[in-house]
Amino acid sequence: MKDREEIIAKINEAVGKKAVSSYRPAPNRFHVSVAQGDLRKTVKLVFEELLGRYVILTGVDTPQGMEVLYHFSFDEVGLVVTLRVLLDKQDAKIDSITPIVRGAEWIEREIHELLGVEFVGHPNMRRLILAEDWPEGVYPLRRSYGRDST
Amino acid sequence: MKRTVIPIGPYHPLQEEAEFFQLQVEGERVVDIDVDLGYNHRGIEKICESRTFDQIPFVVERICGICSTSHPLAYVRAVEEIAEVEVLERALYIRTIIAELERLHSHLLWLGLAGHFIGYNTVFMWAWRYREPVLDIMEEVTGNRNNYAMMKVGGVRRDILEEDLPKIKKMVEGLRRPLDMLVGAVLDDPVIHARTKGIGVLTPEDARIYGAVGPTARASGLAIDVRRDEPYAAYDRVEWKVITWESGDVFAKVAVRLLEIPESIKIIVQCLDQMKPGEIDAKVKEIPPGEGIGRVEAPRGETFHYVRSDGSNRPVRHKVRAPSYTNVPTFKATCVGQTVSDATIILAAVDPCYSCTERMAVVDGVGGKRLSGGYDLISLSQRRTREILNTLAGRVAQGELERGLREGYRRIGGKAC
Repeated sequence: MKDREEIIAKINEAVGKKAVSSYRPAPNRFHVSVAQGDLRKTVKLVFEELLGRYVILTGVDTPQGMEVLYHFSFDEVGLVVTLRVLLDKQDAKIDSITPIVRGAEWIEREIHELLGVEFVGHPNMRRLILAEDWPEGVYPLRRSYGRDST
Repeated sequence: MKRTVIPIGPYHPLQEEAEFFQLQVEGERVVDIDVDLGYNHRGIEKICESRTFDQIPFVVERICGICSTSHPLAYVRAVEEIAEVEVLERALYIRTIIAELERLHSHLLWLGLAGHFIGYNTVFMWAWRYREPVLDIMEEVTGNRNNYAMMKVGGVRRDILEEDLPKIKKMVEGLRRPLDMLVGAVLDDPVIHARTKGIGVLTPEDARIYGAVGPTARASGLAIDVRRDEPYAAYDRVEWKVITWESGDVFAKVAVRLLEIPESIKIIVQCLDQMKPGEIDAKVKEIPPGEGIGRVEAPRGETFHYVRSDGSNRPVRHKVRAPSYTNVPTFKATCVGQTVSDATIILAAVDPCYSCTERMAVVDGVGGKRLSGGYDLISLSQRRTREILNTLAGRVAQGELERGLREGYRRIGGKAC
């Protein structure tokens, strides 16, 4: 059984110098920023090599840009690892991880329609939650929604 | 062979969550399945951004009526992580008692419905009969049968009176023998074996790539349980076991849930014994900026809440992931290759929404013509059980289970109902 420190060291090593920042708010939580281009590689490492369990993705609209958080759980050691990518709000594009983690299919569709993030290489980018007659390009979970309706 | 689409769903006022399944079938065989959701999307994540930290437990409690304490508990744990709150001992025990009572009533509810779907209404009657006293205990502890409104950031909202403890303990102890009897009778039943063994197998590999959680994952041999992996409430202070099963079929999912029932009773009794008088609220004043993750093992699996605070009195982001969100997609792995008559019980086996299976129409794949409606798929499933009963006639006569239950109940000294 791997221990927490070993897992964190491996992830740190993989994201290398390109990691903007990482922090550990509690012993059982680890957050690390990942460069946009390194996401697939890092997810492969966490999911396939270190055998983390895919939990979910969270999209967050922040003043700095669109954040996508990838939560993975290492149940044996009680650790939740969160990979964070920051995207430009005008051109929010990131590689889809569905080809690696099938379970991520729905949540990528959901983030796509609620926050307007494009997942490149997603196999089935249909609407998940919003009604069919919901207008294109209107993203209800964005902070600007309701103010200027974009 | 001609391919036909069987739409299942999407709406029923009773269901926990609305989903729309489209089974593609060739003859009797399911060749593909597609799931659509969003029919019951209420925008709760967006609503939470406009509510204060204290109001949100009541909002997320209404995400699901069955596991209505798991969501508030996961949420308050996320906020407590941001504010680094130390929850008081007595509150931890009360949280555990409520969470386990919820697991009991949820598993019994599921067992009853699963029985109904395979045409075994006796199981339905007995399971729901014993769900009632669980709800009575819940009412005794919280004041409500559902939507308990007990969780708050920093503790619980209502104490259990010391003088009520012996009464509650007696009620919980009273569940033990009848539920042992019910669990034994169901797990030994040859018809349930015939209907569920080898059906809808989820392999451990598939469980992993879909991110399955809870009994759905544990039935495929993945020993994951937040209660043990990241102990919260009082789970690290009591003795209990994580139940797993290897086969991954519908029977395994039945077995895991049923065997969790005695474990829950064990946990509740220990909590009632160990609880000491004391304060129940850590009185949290402010939530600082930061982000927190709250995880809880709901009856259906891990409930995950992510909360981000900017230091104001409301969150800037609140993400909720209920267990069915990752369990439901496993249908793609379990339904394909199975027969239509088994589809109902396979869909029901992950404990998603049952009622969506009660509103369906068989539509001709080309013309969109309605061929049959409502209850047909359930009757198909029930007919299959009757056929099995007939073929088993030499060994098991219809009504065997009823007799077994009555016999068992008589032995433990109860009245036949």
